[in-house]
Amino acid sequence: MPEFLEFRGVSKRFGTIQAVADISLEIKKGEFFSLLGPSGCGKTTMLRIAAGFEEPDAGRVFLDGRDITGFPPNERKVNTIFQSYALFPHMTVRDNIAFGLAIAKRPKSEIRAEVEKMLRLIQMTDQAEKKPDLLSGGQKQRVAVARALINKPDVLLLDEPLAALDLKLRQRMLIELDLIHDEVGITFLYVTHDQAEAMSLSDRIAVMDSGRIEQVGTPAEIYESPRTSFVAAFIGDTNFLEGRVLDCPDREYCRLAIAGMPEILCFNDKLIRPGQPIYLSIRPEKVHISRERPEEKPQRNYLPAVVEDVIYLGSNTKYWVRAAGYRIQVVRQHARYFLDEKPLRWKDDAWIWWHADDGFMLEHFRKADEGLLAVPPQKVGEPLNGK
Amino acid sequence: MGSNLRNARFGSPSPFSSKKLALRRFDPIFRRRLQEWLTSLPTLFWLTLFIVIPTLLVFAVAFRPANPYGGIGPGWTLETIRSLWNPGYLVIAWRTVWISLLTTALCILFAIPTGYFIARAPERWRNRLLMLVIVPFWTSFLVRVFAWKSLLHPEGLIKKVLEAVGLAGPQTTLLYHPAAVVLVMVYTFLPFTILPIYAASEKFDFRLLEAARDLGARPFQAFRKIFLPGIRRGLLTAVLVVFIPALGSYIIPDLVGGPASEMLGNKIAQRVFVDRNLPHAAALSAVLILAVLAPLVAVLGLQRKKEKPDIIIGEAP
Repeated sequence: MPEFLEFRGVSKRFGTIQAVADISLEIKKGEFFSLLGPSGCGKTTMLRIAAGFEEPDAGRVFLDGRDITGFPPNERKVNTIFQSYALFPHMTVRDNIAFGLAIAKRPKSEIRAEVEKMLRLIQMTDQAEKKPDLLSGGQKQRVAVARALINKPDVLLLDEPLAALDLKLRQRMLIELDLIHDEVGITFLYVTHDQAEAMSLSDRIAVMDSGRIEQVGTPAEIYESPRTSFVAAFIGDTNFLEGRVLDCPDREYCRLAIAGMPEILCFNDKLIRPGQPIYLSIRPEKVHISRERPEEKPQRNYLPAVVEDVIYLGSNTKYWVRAAGYRIQVVRQHARYFLDEKPLRWKDDAWIWWHADDGFMLEHFRKADEGLLAVPPQKVGEPLNGK
Repeated sequence: MGSNLRNARFGSPSPFSSKKLALRRFDPIFRRRLQEWLTSLPTLFWLTLFIVIPTLLVFAVAFRPANPYGGIGPGWTLETIRSLWNPGYLVIAWRTVWISLLTTALCILFAIPTGYFIARAPERWRNRLLMLVIVPFWTSFLVRVFAWKSLLHPEGLIKKVLEAVGLAGPQTTLLYHPAAVVLVMVYTFLPFTILPIYAASEKFDFRLLEAARDLGARPFQAFRKIFLPGIRRGLLTAVLVVFIPALGSYIIPDLVGGPASEMLGNKIAQRVFVDRNLPHAAALSAVLILAVLAPLVAVLGLQRKKEKPDIIIGEAP
């Protein structure tokens, strides 16, 4: 599929802050694409550049092969769902939805028919004469969606549309948005700081930090093979191990030297050379824990450990263990808690192990990203992420 | 929500209409009503003493005969009211209305962009800009009108500049002309229009303009269809705040307007100070008061009816 919405070398600066730094990005037709990142990462600026509310300092924006850089918002075939919904308070639901067509001076009968169709799509035919103030959050959200979709935009831009809703409603609207996307088949560009939203809705995600794109990929690619420590730590939880490549005996796996640990095997999908320093990321749920020493198998890494913290969460239990001086998080899904082996407790000796395929070498590591991980303190008063 | 429901079922209870006063003493709605009444008593007293009673006095005096010494004679009469039916007054009344309407229109026209730009200015600038609007109030109104008089004078600065540019000949008069009255009235009332329009603009959610642009509106369309309805309360206040005092203006037409720009206010003053006929002045004032009050009450009544909140019993999920 060809690219549909394309950013080419786009930069934007506000005063001393570089909001977007030389970003190139291609979004395919019909795709549900998310920009994911913490607040201030530049994702909303990207959306506003696509909508035409901001002019990029450098770079071009293309829509369906046409350069739309510099076009005012009203001349772009894109529509936005605002975080605040921005429904017009002096108009009824019906007039809000009709606004785009009325501005385009379409015949009255056509407007009426289209608005009815939209009202049916969002199932609010009986609320059509209400003013926005009388609607609930979810209803406002649906009106905002209908008001944008009635213009049949090429791309629908969504700026954290669920942020103002409570958790239950958010999950419901998440599914509705997905259904609407399937129904209308329009390209969605979705901006969010909530990784769960992005993961569950998107075809592809661009993870952003400090005005740059850290990684673009499907939700699974981003979760399973994060390229940088930022992506690994921002999406889900992980463990970072610092070491050096010893050798790569068979192209598939490398042997790593990590201080205090036996040789660690790791899957090698990079062009890595022996002697190179590396950082390893291992998701907590990929690490196994047991009282018993695991049997030796090829590609299995195992270490003795001491349990430091245990958090029982019902469906699973989180352990923080000390192994070779590292504080490592382990998530254990239990089948039957009481029938499993005797539960591991604080200060118990244990073994942890993981398969070489489940460790992932990062291309880029930044110490500060460790701050994104939720590590419980070891002493009262210690900061949450204190090491 | 809760109080809404209760209101819907019981109607709004007046504090003194209940038979079970003792029982309802601790009803929160009853207590709130009572508090509202008690706290507004001083204001009510003030308004009664200085607005309601004087207005009633004006109405009363209009039906009394005048005496030759400038006072009020004994008995009651309809003669004064009848004497108001005079074509001369009709001309002046019409002039009063159009000068006031034009002043209001011009004030609103200038105040909307001003209010908009102050509201959109960076926060630390807003107060400074508002200061600039308020600064003229530091000088007496009378002094400012006199300043205009000297500016518009045949030997004044404005005339000289216009002549130098070639826009005015030596025979052109700027002063003593209805246009001069409108000019000075707009100058005087503009701050009063800017303030309510600014206050409404400042509360306006400017993201709505982005939404309108996003949906295909050109900048001016967004302004007209979204911004203006969004500040309509401020606009209404601004209109009332200019139009009503403009109808009663007296000093400005007296100082910068000639006999051809006399307004009702001048006539009332003339009846008091020159003719020493208080009942006649009172009758004119009464007509003016009624002319202002009637549309005002109509507008406010209409507004209240329109904005009565719907009673929400339950919300669909």
